[in-house]
Amino acid sequence: MCARLPDQISPWFVLIGYNLFCVVAATGYLMGLTQSKEYAEPEWYADLWLVIVWVVYFLIYLRTLQRRQEPHIYVANWYYMAFILVVAVLHIVNNLAVPVSLGHAKSYSLFSGVQDAMVQWWYGHNAVAFFLTAGFLGMMYYYLPKRAGRPIFSYRLSIISFWGITFMYMWAGSHHLHYTALPQWVQTLGMTFSIILLVPSWASAGNALATLNGAWHKVRDDATLRFMMVAAVFYGLATFEGSFMAIRAVNSLSHYTDWTIGHVHGGALGWVAMITFGSFYALVPWMWKQERMYSSKLVEVHFWLALSGTIIYVFAMWNSGIIQGLMWRTYNENGTLSYSFIDSLVAMHPYYIARAFGGLLFLAGAVVCAYNIWMTIRLARAQDTVDNSKADIPVPQPAVALQAGE
Amino acid sequence: MSETHRKLERSAIGFVLAIIGVSAIGGLVEIAPLFTIKETVEAAKDMRVYTPLEVAGRNIYIREGCYACHSQMIRTLRDEVERYGPYSLAVESKYDHPMLWGSKRTGPDLARLGNKYSDAWHVAHLINPRHVVPQSVMPRYGWLMKSELRVDDAGQHLAALRAVGVPYTDEMIANGPQDAYGQANPDSDKAAGVSQRYGEATNVRVFDGEPNRLTEMDAVVAYLQVLGRLTDAAHRQTASTKE
Repeated sequence: MCARLPDQISPWFVLIGYNLFCVVAATGYLMGLTQSKEYAEPEWYADLWLVIVWVVYFLIYLRTLQRRQEPHIYVANWYYMAFILVVAVLHIVNNLAVPVSLGHAKSYSLFSGVQDAMVQWWYGHNAVAFFLTAGFLGMMYYYLPKRAGRPIFSYRLSIISFWGITFMYMWAGSHHLHYTALPQWVQTLGMTFSIILLVPSWASAGNALATLNGAWHKVRDDATLRFMMVAAVFYGLATFEGSFMAIRAVNSLSHYTDWTIGHVHGGALGWVAMITFGSFYALVPWMWKQERMYSSKLVEVHFWLALSGTIIYVFAMWNSGIIQGLMWRTYNENGTLSYSFIDSLVAMHPYYIARAFGGLLFLAGAVVCAYNIWMTIRLARAQDTVDNSKADIPVPQPAVALQAGE
Repeated sequence: MSETHRKLERSAIGFVLAIIGVSAIGGLVEIAPLFTIKETVEAAKDMRVYTPLEVAGRNIYIREGCYACHSQMIRTLRDEVERYGPYSLAVESKYDHPMLWGSKRTGPDLARLGNKYSDAWHVAHLINPRHVVPQSVMPRYGWLMKSELRVDDAGQHLAALRAVGVPYTDEMIANGPQDAYGQANPDSDKAAGVSQRYGEATNVRVFDGEPNRLTEMDAVVAYLQVLGRLTDAAHRQTASTKE
């Protein structure tokens, strides 16, 4: 059952406020205003603004939940709740800083050295987990069963994977600091939890794919559902790769190289972006009360552009990363290092071209998507002027039982 | 399990509390002890703080995004130690707010860059990296030579750093702007105070090759020349393991 968002103003405040934050953050970066912390570049004034927006976001979210007519909270909303809450905690702790003065954009982080590194990667890795995973898992748990017309495969798996991810991800950050000046006991804990993390991650990916049993013909015919299916596959692959790269010995090769970049893009393009595109194509026709997108063919075109772009990008980065890592540690017969650093840089050249090409394909797909959405809305507007009688209430699809065991 | 969870699912507030509790454990166990276990950061009596000029250089390093391509953390691996020098110790970034360990090497690691090249090499390299390394893909930073360094707020920067734990004295804070100028102008009357306050090992010289001017180039080169030189602890540690 659906519950409308409370208030008329605060949702707009969150929408505009968050985008304002993005503008302030990005322009600050261009002007050289950065804390230099990965995923936490914005300076203190932008961070404070984000806290205000985020608290309002959380309150709206909570109040919407409390207006629900269905007594149980569905799994998609568990993930959204974890996303909002944990990101807030991470953001506040990692951005603790003392500004030079109220008139200065510059600030100095409260933490330094090894403690700062640990706080940063506790934050950084869980920005991946809760900013780039939890919210998107929420989308997957809602849109994929809805589009497939099947209930989620297993309620128990949903519980295991949700609490597993919420608990274990928070331990995994120190795998970004293998062989560094971080005490080894923290590195070992990080590695251990990163490997166990594969269990809840694959529980989610598997749950999504098993939900498609009985609907594979739809996956074949419907590029929207195929986007979601491929996203779940990439989620499974990226989380496997992540656990693998967290092993100290593997990390000794992959760290500081493009392999990490390849891994991140497997997640960001293959998983996060694909589930978002699938959700767009499901949501836009619902919102503008259309049966389908303006062009199903263009959805198909977008799918293949996005998939080929991602694969080219990720393979290019895997290649360059592994070559880089191997060149840095290759010894010649005399027992000295074979390659200078600049040799390894020159070797990257062809892969950076391949990466740019893959990225371009992916971007072209996104342009096709924007055009398709734009035309769908235009079409709906044109119909609206003809038939003005429809009520302004979202129309839920005919009831599909979303939870197994009900 | 399912039945208990079904009850939890009915309460939004209960769920909020459960998420906070479950997610807090990992961070508490891994982060809190780093502040309390003494062995986490080695003791190094010779560890000195950055001078105001080096702080300014470090801030330009951050401003220009150098950390995105250069790490400052040599791992405990044989090839890294042979390529870059003794592996990094925690104490070496003790006064780094924030740390600049980095996570990607498009360019080489810089943790032991100090004293490796001459000031003139650094200036030429920053003006156009291709002049000294033909295949380099690093951007040019020639304008550092043209921009005057802002030092009027140097004391405020040191005071903010003291607020987060760096042991700057009142005298250092009061003399921030003079010390920044003096460190890059050894012939001026402001130079003497620098080594007096920051130690005899401090580099006091014309970094950018142009005396009587204080440029951003002075600051960046002063910072690059002190990387890995705030303490000799790492060199001592390597020497003792070799014996």
